[in-house]
Amino acid sequence: MIEELARLARRDGPVTVLKQTRVLVVRAGDIVVKAHPPGTDERALRARLDAAADLPGVMLAPLGLERLDGRLVTIWPAGEPLTIDDVDAGTTPWEEGGRLLALLHSRPTPPELPPAGGPSRLPRAMADLAAAGVPDAAAAPIRAAYATLPPVREGGALTHGDWHLGQIVRHDGAWLLIDPDDLGPGDPAWDLARPAAWYAAGLLGPWDWERFLTAYLAAGGTAVSADDPWRELDAPARALTVQLAATAVATAARAGEPPDDAAEALVSACRRIVAAAEAGT
Amino acid sequence: MECPKCRGRMRTFDRNGVHIEQCDNCRGIFLDYGELETLTRMESQWAQQHYAPPPPAHGGPAWGGHHGGHHGHRRNSWVGMLFSS
Repeated sequence: MIEELARLARRDGPVTVLKQTRVLVVRAGDIVVKAHPPGTDERALRARLDAAADLPGVMLAPLGLERLDGRLVTIWPAGEPLTIDDVDAGTTPWEEGGRLLALLHSRPTPPELPPAGGPSRLPRAMADLAAAGVPDAAAAPIRAAYATLPPVREGGALTHGDWHLGQIVRHDGAWLLIDPDDLGPGDPAWDLARPAAWYAAGLLGPWDWERFLTAYLAAGGTAVSADDPWRELDAPARALTVQLAATAVATAARAGEPPDDAAEALVSACRRIVAAAEAGT
Repeated sequence: MECPKCRGRMRTFDRNGVHIEQCDNCRGIFLDYGELETLTRMESQWAQQHYAPPPPAHGGPAWGGHHGGHHGHRRNSWVGMLFSS
């Protein structure tokens, strides 16, 4: 599959596998080729690719869509991704992330787009937790926090649906969002919820969080209110905390390892979510 | 004034309102009553201004966690999370 994907890039030279999970992503020369999960809805993906192509300066535009062994394959110009070195050097472009999300949220939503994929990741993570053979005692705080979550708020803003630092690249000197697989109408606060969850878990420092949020608001971001952003952020950030905790604990259990510090911090946040909900009722 | 330690000559300095005698010979320092406390207070004020985390301009959730005290410790295990779904 890797060789066939690389052939679709029509570039000579070494081939690098960038990701091999539910998706397979390879790079050859200045082209990136991505095989989407089997069973991906072609109409939905086409609508999302068209939307990405129509967001110059905000999202990277695709070069093509093909089919290989029954899987949908998209072809992209290779951008320059962020690395852990950027994080260590303190050069993470949090401001650019905030600004790009604010721009995205201000764009009209094409009518044919399916709903944003963000909220559907949470039940998937809970199912993963159940399937991973995690001891009940370890899963209990995560399940209890999950039970406090309100129904997902409807929203019609154009949202990314899966934003993290791997979803921003530099291309032709400009930062752009990548990966429209979960692009669609939804509550835009969900796009800020993952960094918000990291912040609330004590993982992301207050400086970085404020850089991101301040840039989002300064660029006219409408997902949260400037005077009290946690009014809108609270529910989606709780959902992402539960999702991240479930994923981290399930991943550790599958590897036969104890949860690491980051997983523990997220589980602690789940305990605080439960305590705050009990105090509030 | 004569240095109580080496009998050298003490010279007087004023630093931010604190009166300090320093020996030209052994560089030893003599503080008047209360001046050590004044210096300690000034130092802690300076440290607060320069090292304290910024007050979060946009608040946090009721269930927010504790920041600080684990830099470099938790970092490695969570950095991969920054880049994955």
